[in-house]
Amino acid sequence: MESCNCIEPQWPPDDLLMKYQYISDFFIALAYFSIPLELIYFVKKSAVFPYRWVLVQFGAFIVLCGATHLINLWTFTVHSRTVASVMTTAKVLTAAVSCITALMLVHIIPDLLSVKTRELFLKNKAAELDREMGLIRTQEETGRHVRMLTHEIRSTLDRHTILKTTLVELDRTLALEECALWMPTRTGLELQLSYTLRQQNPVGYTVPIHHPVINQVFSSNRAVKISPNCPVARLRPAGKYMPGEVVAVRVPLLHLSNFHINDWPELSTKRYALMVLMLPSDSARQWHVHELELVEVVADQVAVALSHAAILEESMRARDLLMDQNVALDLARREAETAIRARNDFLAVMNHEMRTPMHAIIALSSLLQETELTPEQRLMVETVLKSSNLLATLINDVLDLSRLEDGSLQLDLGTFNLYAVFREVLNLIKPIASVKKLHVSLNLAPDLPEYAVGDEKRLMQTILNIVGNAVKFSKEGSISITAFVAKLDTLRDSKAPEFLPVLSDNHFYLRVQVKDSGSGINPPDIPKLFTKFAQNQSTGTRNSGGSGLGLAICKRFVNLMEGHIWIESEGLGKGCTAILIVKLGMPERVNESKLPYMPKMPTNHGQTAFPGLKVLVMDENGVSRMVTKGLLLHLGCDVTMVGSSDECLRLVSHEHKVVFMDICVPGIDSYGITIRIHEKFTKRHERPLLVALTGNTDKVTKENCMRAGMDGLILKPVSLDKMRSVLTDLLEHRVFFEAI
Amino acid sequence: MELVQIQRRLVDYTKSLFMEGFLDAQFLQLQQLQDDSNPDFVFEVVSLFFEDSEKLLNELTIALDQPNVDFKKIDSHVHQLKGSSSSIGAQRVKNACIAFRNYCDVQNIEGCLTCLQQVKQECYLVKNKFETLFRLEQQIMASGGSVPTIELGF
Repeated sequence: MESCNCIEPQWPPDDLLMKYQYISDFFIALAYFSIPLELIYFVKKSAVFPYRWVLVQFGAFIVLCGATHLINLWTFTVHSRTVASVMTTAKVLTAAVSCITALMLVHIIPDLLSVKTRELFLKNKAAELDREMGLIRTQEETGRHVRMLTHEIRSTLDRHTILKTTLVELDRTLALEECALWMPTRTGLELQLSYTLRQQNPVGYTVPIHHPVINQVFSSNRAVKISPNCPVARLRPAGKYMPGEVVAVRVPLLHLSNFHINDWPELSTKRYALMVLMLPSDSARQWHVHELELVEVVADQVAVALSHAAILEESMRARDLLMDQNVALDLARREAETAIRARNDFLAVMNHEMRTPMHAIIALSSLLQETELTPEQRLMVETVLKSSNLLATLINDVLDLSRLEDGSLQLDLGTFNLYAVFREVLNLIKPIASVKKLHVSLNLAPDLPEYAVGDEKRLMQTILNIVGNAVKFSKEGSISITAFVAKLDTLRDSKAPEFLPVLSDNHFYLRVQVKDSGSGINPPDIPKLFTKFAQNQSTGTRNSGGSGLGLAICKRFVNLMEGHIWIESEGLGKGCTAILIVKLGMPERVNESKLPYMPKMPTNHGQTAFPGLKVLVMDENGVSRMVTKGLLLHLGCDVTMVGSSDECLRLVSHEHKVVFMDICVPGIDSYGITIRIHEKFTKRHERPLLVALTGNTDKVTKENCMRAGMDGLILKPVSLDKMRSVLTDLLEHRVFFEAI
Repeated sequence: MELVQIQRRLVDYTKSLFMEGFLDAQFLQLQQLQDDSNPDFVFEVVSLFFEDSEKLLNELTIALDQPNVDFKKIDSHVHQLKGSSSSIGAQRVKNACIAFRNYCDVQNIEGCLTCLQQVKQECYLVKNKFETLFRLEQQIMASGGSVPTIELGF
């Protein structure tokens, strides 16, 4: 073989294996160099990578391996020593790095693995939370549905609307196939199908109430799953598919009468309705817990709404009833008022009509008495007079009674002689008593004051009535009249719980007892005595005479006098005692004479002698008006000033007790005013006293005043003392004409 | 001046008024009506009187100036004046009014005019007297004292 200087073939001729090794090495090197590049690239891209140092190591390792393989390429052929050394270095380095990496990986790989485990764990947790979130969301949905349902149900107070709305809303929320409400019948033994969702007019199915399933549902306040074969659940015609699950819940029906004030309604006596809900039959849906809860809540709300509706119905009915009653009462009241007015008119007219002839009879009889008469004639005239007086009294009685009932009667208070009253009564009753051969005795206690302040006429009328009754109902025996001042302890046992005597300094209580030995009265009949028109008929002797008004009137008079009257009797045949207690005032001054003007010292030296006495002063002259006003104010009166007759007539009222008129002014027609005031106040006790103030000292003025109807005349100038004494006299005697 | 001296002066002055006939017992009555609830009663009444009288006197002057004298009207005015003056106790004014009325009744114009003058004079005089009186009273009140009441012995 010749040695030639041609290039040595790179590739040994028979080395296909070598060729493949060469190529593999090349690709390995390529791969080894690109892996780190990729790693670096992707790590740079990723945000988090905690193991940089490992990466570097690994990169170095791979790079070196690649370098090794790359250098290996040169070793296939004969290579120089440098290549060999490089190769050796590379291999050494690679060995070093790979060993170190191997050692590092021992620590790192468990960490990396645990990352994976943690990741798995977190994924599970996330799934769990998702599930729970889903649950919460469903619950919230349910809650929202409940609220909405409640709102819908409670937004109306009409029973039917409530129930219909319930069913509709339940359907909307739960997507039901059918929903029905069974209400108990009136008898309480059956449940009747009242409302359904789909069928417009449910047929009146009834189901007996004592079914085990129904009992089970009623006994629990939860929604209970029931079998679709149960009679209450057979709401749909049987279909091909399995009927959906059915749930039933009880709806308590609360009645108004179930609510007692102090205890809550007894659960055992409640009535229930049954609500049945059916899921769609061809779905595989099941009742979820939250759905059941929803149904329970709805059932409760429906119960509340129904009870509200019931209460409202009740109160509306009650209100209508009240309104009707109101109207009826109003009508009755108006009718009563009309009747009273008619009666008053009638009485007024009749009394006037009756009185006119009575007055004629009495007047003419009295006049006849004054003429020359024979003794028989005189007796006849006296009888006529007495009878007509009696009749006049009767008429007055009737009028008095009607006025008493209206409350418009007022007592005529005045000072009078108490002893004289009793003497008068005795005188009046003696003739009749002596005819019946009854003995009448009068006992006046020594401490009884001689004079008293009160209504003399009516007191006498009362005492006379009682004594008259005593005489009337006694056929024999004696009548005794006792009068004394009642002390507090005797007042208290007066058998009247509402009679509360109050003792004060200027009043005393007069107690009069009239005891008779007559027919007596049955104790049970005693209360009836004082009622109007009720005659005592138990004795069998019908005493005609007296309208039955007497005692009723007496009682009213006595009540007005703040007293009490009652009758005691031990029974038939044992006589009876009539007792009356009245409040009389103590007189301030003992007064025997009735002269109109008495020169006497004023007994009241107090500055305000007439507190609050309402007075009207009419005077044109400003100065003298002011002086008079000052005078009266100083005496404590309540003064109204007027400057003209028109003003005087306008302002005068029954509250004014005295009217002072200055009549010496030529412009004023004082007499005219007097007449007009007389016309205005027809009742004597309402009219104020009219007093003229004048400087004229002639008799003519005085006569004119008296004739015009004035109650008094005073000469000007008036001093303080004079005004004081004038007012005192005036108020006592109701008349005062100064001596001219 | 001292309080006591002023009070003495008031008493003397008032007594002099009574002596000279300017005031009579009615004025005492007025004073009696003055109390705590009505502290200025006398002053008010007297002021009212002077207002009234001024008006009335003017009316009278005008009425007497007319060519046709209306005696009825004059009589009524004088009557009023007489009433007012007697209410407060102005004695001399009242007397003058009485004389005036007499002339009025007989329809004597000359007499009426003379009387009018007299009444005016008396009013003027008594007004001055009252003013002095009130001034003294005010002095006493300002010094913290109380107005003494007059006891008359006649």
